[in-house]
Amino acid sequence: MKKIVLILTTALLLTNCESSSDTDGTVQTSITFNFTHSWDDTAVSVDDFNTIKFINANTDELSIERLRYLISKVTFTTSNNETLRLGGYNLVDLTNSESLAFTPTGVLSEGTYNISFTFGFDNDDNANNYQDLNSASWNVPAQLGGGYHYMQLEGKFIDNTASETGYAYHAIRAVDNSGSSPVFQDTFFEVDLGKVTITNNATINVDMNIAEWFKTPNTWDLNVLNNMLMPNFDAQVLMFENGQNVFSLKPVDQ
Amino acid sequence: MKKWLINSVLFTVFICCACSNESVTSYEPTAANLEIPKLFSDNIIPPVIPNTNPQTIEGVALGKTLFFDPILSGDNSQACADCHAPQNAFTDTSRFSDGIDGTLGTRNSMPLFNLAWNYDEQFFWDGKSFSLEHQAFSPVTDPTEMKSSWTDVVQKLQQHPEYPTLFEQAFGTQRIDSTLVTKAIAQFERTLISANSKFDKFLLGEVNLTPEEQNGFDVFMDEARGDCFHCHGSDKNPLWTDNAFHNNGLDATFTDLGLGTVTGDPADNGKFRSPSLRNLEFTAPYMHDGRFNTLEEVIEHYSEGLQNSPTIDPLMKKVALGGVGLSEKDKSDLKAFLLTLSDYDFISNPDFLNQ
Ligand code: HEC
Ligand code: HEC
Repeated sequence: MKKIVLILTTALLLTNCESSSDTDGTVQTSITFNFTHSWDDTAVSVDDFNTIKFINANTDELSIERLRYLISKVTFTTSNNETLRLGGYNLVDLTNSESLAFTPTGVLSEGTYNISFTFGFDNDDNANNYQDLNSASWNVPAQLGGGYHYMQLEGKFIDNTASETGYAYHAIRAVDNSGSSPVFQDTFFEVDLGKVTITNNATINVDMNIAEWFKTPNTWDLNVLNNMLMPNFDAQVLMFENGQNVFSLKPVDQ
Repeated sequence: MKKWLINSVLFTVFICCACSNESVTSYEPTAANLEIPKLFSDNIIPPVIPNTNPQTIEGVALGKTLFFDPILSGDNSQACADCHAPQNAFTDTSRFSDGIDGTLGTRNSMPLFNLAWNYDEQFFWDGKSFSLEHQAFSPVTDPTEMKSSWTDVVQKLQQHPEYPTLFEQAFGTQRIDSTLVTKAIAQFERTLISANSKFDKFLLGEVNLTPEEQNGFDVFMDEARGDCFHCHGSDKNPLWTDNAFHNNGLDATFTDLGLGTVTGDPADNGKFRSPSLRNLEFTAPYMHDGRFNTLEEVIEHYSEGLQNSPTIDPLMKKVALGGVGLSEKDKSDLKAFLLTLSDYDFISNPDFLNQ
């Protein structure tokens, strides 16, 4: 009798790590996000960096030398408007292949959901201290409200005088520091990827069309806005507006 | 009934012992965890300590002895400490350090501190050496440095009256080899932690900055003025470096390709690892080739001396004008701020001195 208890306990302990089912018998699954990048219809990877080969909506020729961005608060909404939020955040860095795949902590039942995430950090998350992000020098100076960058897109473009000039398209929370106390405007945003049916440890492919940052609704002129954009309130609002259409969902692998 | 209990206890004991060392008498040196400063544990991820080379009291002591001992050089005339002196935050004061026979290298010696927090473990100005253990192999045989051979060094150490015992204490064996030498040195190097400057004390709420130092910090953090924080750390990254590779606009054409030599990628030409800005007071001259003797010259460079080249970092602004052109006040305040990163306790720490 006691032996059976022991065997059962051992068996239970051993199987503990297998994927579990919740009470109504539906299968629990973990979700991985894969981040891909494109320039309109052409795929972009780190191999395309450091060469002036892209043309933006303003017909400026440009290169990309660095692209890092933060996503957080991955949220699944069911048809009856229940929201499930998976934990964690991810700093995508195109030079670091590991960062292109992100498995948020937590599991959910198979089914159909509307999927969304936050580009950057909302203000609550932005107020916390993150050791990994500090180690990646991802901070925003306290003078601009502190917290973290949402994106760093950097490279060179051919300017009006035909010379190669650096640009640093850094997205943060918009702040106007000209008055006696800073005025903020939220520039993180929710990216709604639409409805997806999830089965069996699905991988969700999210694509960023980098060209969109320069295109809609504001045609971006790098000759005017190329550097020192962090303290530039208006530039941050333009980035926020142009960011609305950069992400899209690609077919799900499952 | 009782039998079941005994059986399972025996089984558990067996499982627990199965992995541990068989010999009961085997010698273990004393573990010595790094003392991680509060600002580091609060703000950045833990240091890199390979599990093949745990820190021990005996290993660190041996590493220190080796670091200060000229026995590692070809003619017993030069120790690591000759080019990495404690009073200079473990660098030296010459532009290029001379090796044992007076041959000059082509790079400025590097200060040594907080090395365990170089997360990518790419050492040297151009990142050519992966891991501290591996790095320590180079100077011994480098013809512009200690110009010795490992067979020679190992033989000298093996015949020495004390070293075999020290290796026994540190690693449980009298058989000395180059791997154990580099392990001991790396353990000592990981203990070289600098985190007690005026600015650290300011962040801990223990002291105040002068208005000049505060303005200098603002210049450092202001994207429209110094914009140093994107590469050189901040109040949230107490390493004061990103340990990444950039071309900060020193030259229009390169004699030393830096990272480009290591990767073979022309897009990396002229890129060097950003140095930490801690302890600049003790580490002149500056840059990979020691071209600047003073911090004024460094600040002048960033303010109006930038040279354009295809790989210059996009963060270097107004390159056609030579830079953003800081006001005289901002320049001198920036210098005052940089000097608040001097850690006097570090350069006089008895644990790090040859005594
Ligand atoms: C002749 C002078 C000289 C001697 C002797 C010397 N070094 Fe160095 N050290 C240098 C120079 C120069 C560099 C930078 C070289 C480069 O980047 O190519 C350097 C770089 C280093 C670095 C890299 C630091 C970093 O942050 O990347 C370490 C670690 C180091 N030395 C440790 C040692 C040790 C350990 C010894 C003794 C075994 C030693 N050095 C002996 C001159 C010397
Ligand atoms: C784009 C990244 C970047 C920015 C921005 C930057 N630096 Fe640097 N800094 C570097 C690199 C890379 C080096 C080493 C260059 C070399 O030796 O070739 C360096 C070297 C230095 C050194 C020499 C340190 C030593 O031990 O030799 C000082 C001092 C310094 N920078 C201060 C500053 C200050 C002050 C600012 C802001 C005005 C600043 N840096 C902005 C990347 C940067």
